[in-house]
Amino acid sequence: MKKLTRLVLGAGVAAGLAAAASLPATAADFSGKTIEWTIPFSETGGSAKWANFFAPLISEHMEGNPTVVVKFMPGAGSTKGANWFQGQSHTDGLTMFGSSGSTQFPYLLGDPRVRYEYKDWIPVMASGTGGVAYLNAEDGKLFDGTANNLKGKTFIYGNQGATRLDLIPALAWKMLGMKVEHVMGIKGRGDGRKMFESGEATIDYQTSSSFLKSVTPLVEEGKAVPMMTWGALASNGDIVRDPTFPEIPTFKEVCDATDGCETSGPAWDAWKAFFIAGFPSQKIAFLPAGTPQDVVDAYVKAFNAIAARSDFAEISAKRLGKYPMYVGDDAQAALGGAITVSDSAKSYVTDWLQADFGVSLN
Amino acid sequence: MDIFVDALPALGQAWQLILQPMVIGYLMLGVVMGLAIGIFPGLGGIAGLSLVLPFMFGLDPILGLALMVGMVAVVPTSDTFASVLMGIPGSSASQATVLDGFPMAKKGMAARALSAAFASSLFGGIVGAFFLTFFILIARPIVLMFQSPELLMVSAFGLSMVGILAGRIAIKGIMAAGLGMLVATIGEGPFNGELRMSSYDYPYLIDGLKLVIVGLGIFAIPEIIALLRQDKAISDKASLGSGWYEGIKDWWANKWLSIRCSLIGVTVGVIPGLGGSVVDWIAYGHTVQTTKDKSGFGKGEVRGVIGPESSNNAKEGGGLVPTLLFGIPGSGSMAIFIGALSLLGSGELEVGQVMLKNNLNYTYSIVWLLALANVLGTILCIALSTYIAKITNIRFALVAPFVFMIIAFAAFQSGQNLMDLVALFSIGLLGILMRRFDWSRPAFLIGFVLANPVENYANNANQIAGIRFRQSLEAGFDYIASPIVLTLIVITILSVIVGLRQAKNILAEGEVPSGGKRAPLIFLLAVTGFALYALIDAWLIPSYAFVDAIFPLVIASVTVLCGAILLVQMRLKPETDILFADREKNLSEENRYGLWVTLRWFAGLLLLTSLLGFILALALFLLSFFRLRAGLSWVQTTLYSAAGIGFMCFMASVLNRDFPPGLLQSYMTLPWPLG
Repeated sequence: MKKLTRLVLGAGVAAGLAAAASLPATAADFSGKTIEWTIPFSETGGSAKWANFFAPLISEHMEGNPTVVVKFMPGAGSTKGANWFQGQSHTDGLTMFGSSGSTQFPYLLGDPRVRYEYKDWIPVMASGTGGVAYLNAEDGKLFDGTANNLKGKTFIYGNQGATRLDLIPALAWKMLGMKVEHVMGIKGRGDGRKMFESGEATIDYQTSSSFLKSVTPLVEEGKAVPMMTWGALASNGDIVRDPTFPEIPTFKEVCDATDGCETSGPAWDAWKAFFIAGFPSQKIAFLPAGTPQDVVDAYVKAFNAIAARSDFAEISAKRLGKYPMYVGDDAQAALGGAITVSDSAKSYVTDWLQADFGVSLN
Repeated sequence: MDIFVDALPALGQAWQLILQPMVIGYLMLGVVMGLAIGIFPGLGGIAGLSLVLPFMFGLDPILGLALMVGMVAVVPTSDTFASVLMGIPGSSASQATVLDGFPMAKKGMAARALSAAFASSLFGGIVGAFFLTFFILIARPIVLMFQSPELLMVSAFGLSMVGILAGRIAIKGIMAAGLGMLVATIGEGPFNGELRMSSYDYPYLIDGLKLVIVGLGIFAIPEIIALLRQDKAISDKASLGSGWYEGIKDWWANKWLSIRCSLIGVTVGVIPGLGGSVVDWIAYGHTVQTTKDKSGFGKGEVRGVIGPESSNNAKEGGGLVPTLLFGIPGSGSMAIFIGALSLLGSGELEVGQVMLKNNLNYTYSIVWLLALANVLGTILCIALSTYIAKITNIRFALVAPFVFMIIAFAAFQSGQNLMDLVALFSIGLLGILMRRFDWSRPAFLIGFVLANPVENYANNANQIAGIRFRQSLEAGFDYIASPIVLTLIVITILSVIVGLRQAKNILAEGEVPSGGKRAPLIFLLAVTGFALYALIDAWLIPSYAFVDAIFPLVIASVTVLCGAILLVQMRLKPETDILFADREKNLSEENRYGLWVTLRWFAGLLLLTSLLGFILALALFLLSFFRLRAGLSWVQTTLYSAAGIGFMCFMASVLNRDFPPGLLQSYMTLPWPLG
């Protein structure tokens, strides 16, 4: 009954909190405050899931147990929300923002709509994910750890947009010499998976959590064959097997084994740079520029306490996959990797998008 | 199929889970919250689910399900209040209910319309649950049969309902639908992100216009303004009678229609990617086509309420199939529902095939909680309807400011931008003019709703068919000419022919007099001009992004062509022809106030909001409206205004929403709710 009472009281409490929220926070005690965590996507996406997972935990572990509400500001593929956050300055330490790979890629590619600068923001927590590419049963039989037998085939892939996270699989398949026809304008990876299941698409990729949930049963039924993961980033900067899928080879291994695919040179460097930007630190929680150190410390402390929970590994593995969570200075380091892409990698990808997809980023 | 063997025990377990006092308590709580939220137009399941999301973490799964399902289930029930009583489509599920429900309210039959609607909703919900109990076991392969060409044809079938709602002049109806589709293409192209009729200098338009705003603008605002100008109550009868019993009798007399429409609802709901946006129109079209005497539609025919309302609750059940079995949400609220499922308990509930294999008992619990919530919600709604229907007897000048306040707030929630209000006002103006010149507003809305699915599926189907045909002729035809596609093509063509033939008899918006050439001509020229602009704009899209241009090019060409035909006809026909329908003729004695004078009030609210922020502007607006326009005493004025502001602040704080800020707020920081 406790939960029920909490819910009923929620309405009244929220009204009271709203009034309290406007008062400035003194030092870093958050009792009676409401933290607003803005997510630049709709209520329906992976970022929403990520924020909704962390929000109650922050509330539990933060000094003074503030209420944490997740607010959604979707628009222009997250550019709208990020531009809004750029305009926020520190006032009371009650504003937090969550970015994703889709916020990082337009920034890296110099999209004209981007008016935000990652370097201004203060990262407090970053977490990553991985991805797995898989084939239909028939073509899966031809896959022998290399793409050599797949080269004569034509594959169909449901693509969300050339400059989205889908550029990672698209570039990987291209490097392997596979002929993939991209059906553009898919609404989300869930729709892409449904196209694969109904036979319209013949190749697909999913991020780790949805692969575990929705593709593993297909693999068990023999309707899908896992091809490769994007891998995970080791601390020395090498790409190693994804700890969530230790039995599936990485793209790096498949590329090494495939004729004509090289794990060095401009194409590989570009792929790796964008992989690092898009996956190992895909979702980052930020505080606005100018936030004083004591407030930052309070957030870092809360996230550290969450990471130290005895059941954290278990609950986060179920909801987010087995990937590291970076807090404080580690988050800062992760951000460095996520937003640094060499000019040569950038121009390689820009030229390739122009040539294969007709996307002009100038 | 061992799954069938598991089904019966799972169904038994599901009832064991449901029939616990705590579970029923949570379900009740969800139902009450859902009803409270659903009454407000524009705030549907998404707002409600977001509200309870923070409490889901670690909650016992069955309790969390009861709470969420209770809320989701009754939103399409309670939004009927707004549709029937005020002509405001509460959500996409009750657009078609407005067509006959609101005229019934105007005739003083609000309670009857409401109870007929609720009885149909209840019945639809239960039929849906029965159907799903069996269907969910075999749904997966059937859903997978719907590839892009099939989805395209379902959307096209939905679009064919324009035929029956086109009004007295078919070309005008087609043009209205074309206009709706063109308005829907505004913003970033779905494939290459090329901008259509917008620019990076006006970021608001890049995301396109939201359904909430277009729905409220095109239906609600014209009605509010029209009622305000007459300055009387919504209903022209003094007494409402105890109509609720009659409404239930109406439903019983049409139970077969109700069954058919429920089945339409649940089957269309099952198809992923379309969600509920077309269900009510298809049900309405079916209702009209199967009714012998069609003269009553649009003027308060009770069958026009029973059909759509039977389908929209059944649809919620159907929508569970793609949500639970594929993890593909059919609507925004279903997407949050999926997210919330993973927060429940220790995360053991995960959508996808496992819902059938390991969690069939929970799956059945969801299906029957939905049915149970429908029963609870309907009983509550019928009990309330006699009281709430009294609102139609109050002088409208006392209701309108509150309605406008709620609409403005709801519109603002869609984009959290002051421009939301500007868009609402602009679309409202278009709606007023369409109503005045007898252009089909339902056709416009169907076009708007279906433009995106049609464009997307057409593009997917076209791309994939191209690849298939390059592989072999046979592979190509297998893909585009499946039995489902061929059947749907036949049904669609029949529906268009039958629809257009009958459309002349159906005055979806009542009688409209004719007379005077100038005003209708100017409006036609403006619409044609907009279509021409859309055509040129699409033409200018560079060739590498041609996929973003095809759809607007085709639609704009058709619309311009229709406009040209109408222009020629206007030259040839006398001004008494129905072509020159104009509501402003012969109506002057009914209207106490002019159109522009009435509109000025709302333009004023908009302007003040941009200067002072919403709450300060609202305070000024309410005070001056009640005092000057409604002519109340100062005491009443102050009381009413305070009630309005207080209510708005309460809603916003509970839902944790902000108000539109104005220029003032950019200069100084004000405490909530002013800042």
